[in-house]
Amino acid sequence: MVSQETPAKRSTAKIQVRGLNFYYGPRQALYDISLGIAEKKITALIGPSGCGKSTFLRTLNRMHELVRQARAEGQLLLDGEDIMSMDVTRLRRRVGMVFQKSNPFPKTIFENVAYGLRVNGYPKGRPLADLVEASLKRAALWDEVKDSLHKSAYALSGGQQQRLCIARALAVNPEVLLLDEPCSALDPIATAKIEELLFALRESCTIVIVTHNMQQAARVADYTGFFLMGRLVEFDETKVVFTRPRRRETEDYITGRFG
Amino acid sequence: MNRPFFMRKLVNALMLSLCGVCALVSVSVLFIILGYLLWNGGRFLTWTFLTRLPTPVGEPGGGMANAIVGSGKVLLLAALTGVPVGFVGGIYLAEFGGRVFPFLVRYTADLLNGVPSIVMGIFAYTVVVLPMHHFSTLAGGLALGAMLIPIVLRSTEEFLRAVPQSLREGALALGASKSRAIATVVIPAGFQGIATGILLALARVAGETAPLIFTSANNRFWSRGWNQPTATLPVMIWTYASSAYEDWHRQAWAAGLILLMLVLVANAGARLILARRTSVAR
Ligand SMILES: Nc1ncnc2c1ncn2[C@@H]1O[C@H](COP(=O)(O)OP(=O)(O)OP(=O)(O)O)[C@@H](O)[C@H]1O
Ligand SMILES: [Mg+2]
Repeated sequence: MVSQETPAKRSTAKIQVRGLNFYYGPRQALYDISLGIAEKKITALIGPSGCGKSTFLRTLNRMHELVRQARAEGQLLLDGEDIMSMDVTRLRRRVGMVFQKSNPFPKTIFENVAYGLRVNGYPKGRPLADLVEASLKRAALWDEVKDSLHKSAYALSGGQQQRLCIARALAVNPEVLLLDEPCSALDPIATAKIEELLFALRESCTIVIVTHNMQQAARVADYTGFFLMGRLVEFDETKVVFTRPRRRETEDYITGRFG
Repeated sequence: MNRPFFMRKLVNALMLSLCGVCALVSVSVLFIILGYLLWNGGRFLTWTFLTRLPTPVGEPGGGMANAIVGSGKVLLLAALTGVPVGFVGGIYLAEFGGRVFPFLVRYTADLLNGVPSIVMGIFAYTVVVLPMHHFSTLAGGLALGAMLIPIVLRSTEEFLRAVPQSLREGALALGASKSRAIATVVIPAGFQGIATGILLALARVAGETAPLIFTSANNRFWSRGWNQPTATLPVMIWTYASSAYEDWHRQAWAAGLILLMLVLVANAGARLILARRTSVAR
């Protein structure tokens, strides 16, 4: 049954998806998706608007369950463990998510980062402040906010807010980080900062990023998947997808002939 | 200038002046009432009025100290009973629930909101006064508390619904349980709105007279406990204003002014809370 030539098989697959079908009520949004997401690599998902990238991403930490009547069928494994039957709060602790539109809580910068730690509990013996500082440093935000930790997160710029959301997700030390178009509202400088950050995070974290920006996928991703109308049309090493795509549709999309 | 254009300008000018006149009428009515109350109430609002008990009929002087304290006690009871129920119900409606039950609750709340306040009085009379065999502060507080429930419930629900879905998602994605996310992110995000709603609801029921007439009733002296009848400002106004004594009329005006000030303070407080919110949010 597992005949999928997923590149992830060459390294270890952190997440294994087999035969995923997804429905919003009567409407099917994903058709028979199978792929493996490689551990400690960056996997980019590209494709035209409405093709199901966000839907796919959200099934990986079961955020789709917030949508009434949404239903996922198929097998999803995290380190071989069934995602669908796992305790959902534990799953989301292991698989963090950063949303397209930054969504800091209406709290202080410090409290935003501390939130996940307070909710999940944190290792004894390390003060909360240290953990918050470490997360902000990992998200390359520390220098900009170290003097205003107790000010409202809303006082930050859009790019800073997005990095704050990344810091918030990183604070609980997720094994997988899902990012849904994290740079769509950011200027090139803020985007570059987040990309640098992704490279650094690859050491410790498996990353899946949805992006509309071809260059970004080409720059940061080890593997790239191309979605089209709810199907995973192509999935391979990024340089293969971008230089010798197997499918005509992929080539057309990448070269900007449609999409 | 061509004709249709001229007509449009004319209609526009007409409608504008009509709106202006209407606005002026409503505002001036309001100011006449306010001015009248301030003038009459202000003249008779004395230190004696605030600190003394009512004098026996016909004897001049005296005040409404017992009614002021009584109103405070009744409102406190109302807040303690009505606000928690309305608040928790509002959370339930906004955050949980399937189809039928929330619909029923919402519908009932809207119905209760429209029920004449005297009916709430009858309810408290039947439930508290009859079994206890006498009027009491407790009964008055419960009557007003019952009135608070639908108001607080609906305003809490509205303000929670206004909290962006993305905040809920953010909290859940960090591994928070649903109730944890509601308690630590959603409610704090809507808290200022909710507090404003509660304050305005309290100001609204503070002036209710009908539900108090046959629950807390009235008392010429200090009320000697929660299970004893008590004087309250609205009932005192009603009694004094419909009496034949000049001195009582004056005191009714002063009591009216105090109620007005209570509403003004609540409104100002609400505005202050909301203003703080806009300076924190984006
Ligand atoms: N909550 C929902 N209810 C019903 N249908 C939905 C819902 N969310 C998404 N869809 C549908 O599912 C399909 C896939 O949507 P999805 O958001 O996954 O696309 P996407 O690839 O992320 O698009 P974009 O690049 O614009 O974000 C779309 O056709 C959309 O209309
Ligand atoms: Mg999307």
